[in-house]
Amino acid sequence: MSQPQMRRAIESGVPDNKQFLHPLLAKNYGNWKWHDRPRPGVLHHVANSGDEVWTVRAGTQRQMDVHTIRKLCDIADRYAEGHVRFTIRSNIEFMVSSQAKVGPLVEALESSGFPVGGTGNSVSMIAHTQGWLHCDIPGTDASGAVKALMDELIVEFRREEMPNRVHLSTSCCEINCGGQADIAIIVQHTKPPKINHDLVANVCERPAVVARCPVAAIRPALVNGKPSLEVDEKKCICCGACYPPCPPMQINDPEHSKLAIWVGGKNSNARAKPTFMKMVASGLPNNPPRWPEVTVVVKKILAVYKEDARPWERLSDWVERIGWPRFFEKTDLPFTKYLIDDWRGARANLNASTHIRF
Amino acid sequence: MAKPMHPTPMLDKLESGPWPSFVTGLKRLAKDKDYMVDLLGQLEHSYKTRKGYWKGGTVGVFGYGGGVIPRFTEAKDEAGKPLFPDAAEFHTLRVMPPAGMHYNTAILRKLADIWEKHGSGLIAFHGQSGDIMFQGATTENVQKAFDEINAAGFDLGGAGPAVRTSMSCVGAARCEQSCYDEASAHRAVINSFLDDIHRPSLPYKFKFKFSGCPNDCMNSIQRADMAIIGTWRDDIRSDEALARKWFAKHGMNELVNDVVARCPTKAIQLKEVKDLEAAPGVTTVAVSDTHGLAIDNRDCVRCMHCINVMTGALAPGVDKGATILVGGKRTLKIGDLMGTVVVPFMKLATDEDREKLVELGQKIIDFFAENALEHERTGEMIERIGLVNFLDALGIEVDANMVASPRTNPYVRTDGWDEEVAKINARKHKAA
Repeated sequence: MSQPQMRRAIESGVPDNKQFLHPLLAKNYGNWKWHDRPRPGVLHHVANSGDEVWTVRAGTQRQMDVHTIRKLCDIADRYAEGHVRFTIRSNIEFMVSSQAKVGPLVEALESSGFPVGGTGNSVSMIAHTQGWLHCDIPGTDASGAVKALMDELIVEFRREEMPNRVHLSTSCCEINCGGQADIAIIVQHTKPPKINHDLVANVCERPAVVARCPVAAIRPALVNGKPSLEVDEKKCICCGACYPPCPPMQINDPEHSKLAIWVGGKNSNARAKPTFMKMVASGLPNNPPRWPEVTVVVKKILAVYKEDARPWERLSDWVERIGWPRFFEKTDLPFTKYLIDDWRGARANLNASTHIRF
Repeated sequence: MAKPMHPTPMLDKLESGPWPSFVTGLKRLAKDKDYMVDLLGQLEHSYKTRKGYWKGGTVGVFGYGGGVIPRFTEAKDEAGKPLFPDAAEFHTLRVMPPAGMHYNTAILRKLADIWEKHGSGLIAFHGQSGDIMFQGATTENVQKAFDEINAAGFDLGGAGPAVRTSMSCVGAARCEQSCYDEASAHRAVINSFLDDIHRPSLPYKFKFKFSGCPNDCMNSIQRADMAIIGTWRDDIRSDEALARKWFAKHGMNELVNDVVARCPTKAIQLKEVKDLEAAPGVTTVAVSDTHGLAIDNRDCVRCMHCINVMTGALAPGVDKGATILVGGKRTLKIGDLMGTVVVPFMKLATDEDREKLVELGQKIIDFFAENALEHERTGEMIERIGLVNFLDALGIEVDANMVASPRTNPYVRTDGWDEEVAKINARKHKAA
């Protein structure tokens, strides 16, 4: 078979967004004055020129089939002005030049199954990963867990009734592609990898795998006469770092790969400096298709936060005020020994003071 | 019409409920494509067995070494035959989005048509690295799909040990808090590193992210090796008309509890109007006939809180630019690292300014390429060698803005102290 002439790529890089901007956004670029939110899901920006633009934000399933994309485009062409953008949390935004277009646009989105919301102090869409649908190392699914959770949280997506914005994320392994969030759901493996010694020598670059282990628990070994790797199971922290470079070291387990809940991550510099999230629960079963045990814990934390935090307190600000003991008390979550940090720098997370709330 | 569906009792349970269902979308695609019938079959198999069934491999487009995520099925019978043969190859193309993720419907329809023709018809807007992810193409169709996507003006993003796809916020296009032209900086930087994106040859990944203000909507501080976060050097601006409007709506309790008391450095004071005095470095604004705010900008850390609450009434200054932080990343291998300050302030107003940003990025990537261990991120490398060695290599002077506090231990050899003091004094003298 003769090889056809290959097309050479045009290394064009990042496309210029000017060609896609709503005309009012292009016209007032860098010249905005202020904004407010007339209702949940709607932003209203005013430029120094006096121009006004309304933005309607709606939730999507992120993994979209082309028919859904075309449906959104139809709505954008008919009820908006043909220009959209996506937020970092996979919400879609429609910009319009007149307030009169907002109502019909909201109605069109809602009646087509796209919830309007996710602005301000709402629970926005969950930042998530690929999971079983496409990842090569997932401990769980992402889209399914997110769908199940958002079905339960959609009321808070459509309202702005939380103390401050709430960002959620899910991650299908401890690499945590979902990122820092007010509440994050992350796979937590609880058993060392199961090694298929027949395959290691052929599939894995053994020194690289040894080097990948954060606790130096992996060493080269001859098993059944074949060069392989072995894990010191007393040292192993079950992080799964060896699995991507060496798939025969299977870390995922239908029963022993659990889900953990983390809280208090914040990227913004507003008020306190950005914070990392902290593990507050683990051992939840990986229970498709709707992961009900996870939903219960997330909803409980959200309910207590909503009830107890003051305006503008992000989850981390709230815990900073009430303290961790009250957090565990109010959320009914057990504070186990596994939540006391023993990784490098751990002493910074101990209470080196007599600051205790009684 | 495609072949009959596999039974999917578990996935079916994700079609009920009010949130948009990706399963319904997948099933719609499966009406026309055997490919998606089998994809649903494999996904249901994952749900049943609680395991993933994809492995990587080597698939790419002509001339590039990265940007495609190969996926081959591992769901096989005892004879090694795929259980879902039509979806045995399900590769993803990572495609770089425009800055701020702005689109018009014409380009979205075009991209959808291309992917319906050559791929599965499933597209994620967007992946966690910012890419448009065209999910699901056979090895044979990857090149065909790329050729058309590329001809439409889009290019592949990064994967593997490479400079990665970047993201920037909505920024100057629609946000009054924008402190630099994020889209121009984003393009200037990323389009200078296309070779390092398309031909992975670094020790590990390297990510840039662009946020227009310290609210950091792109989460750059914890997930970018080099975060470019907008800020300003001069005084917070105020607008009395909008301040009065805000106060009329929200009242004194909210002004005190939500604005004044939440300032992290206590830079804001509530004052009676008669005591509001203009002074250098102090922003004053009346909110009513009797009361107003005084902000001591020297104490302000540009956290954005008061500006977020009183949008327009308070606003970033006019001497804008960005703070550059280096080394952010998540857990593997040494634990979470936030990016830390390497350049406290940099103007980003002109092409010349942006060229300097590109040069800084180039220097950091060059140093990373030469000094990081395999699979070591920039932050881990800095942790290993110390920030001062990193700064030395970049030719950047130390600055007290780079630390939360000076060192708390004496374990350092300080016999160069007098020379360092002399250098600092000489610099001060020269600047004076």
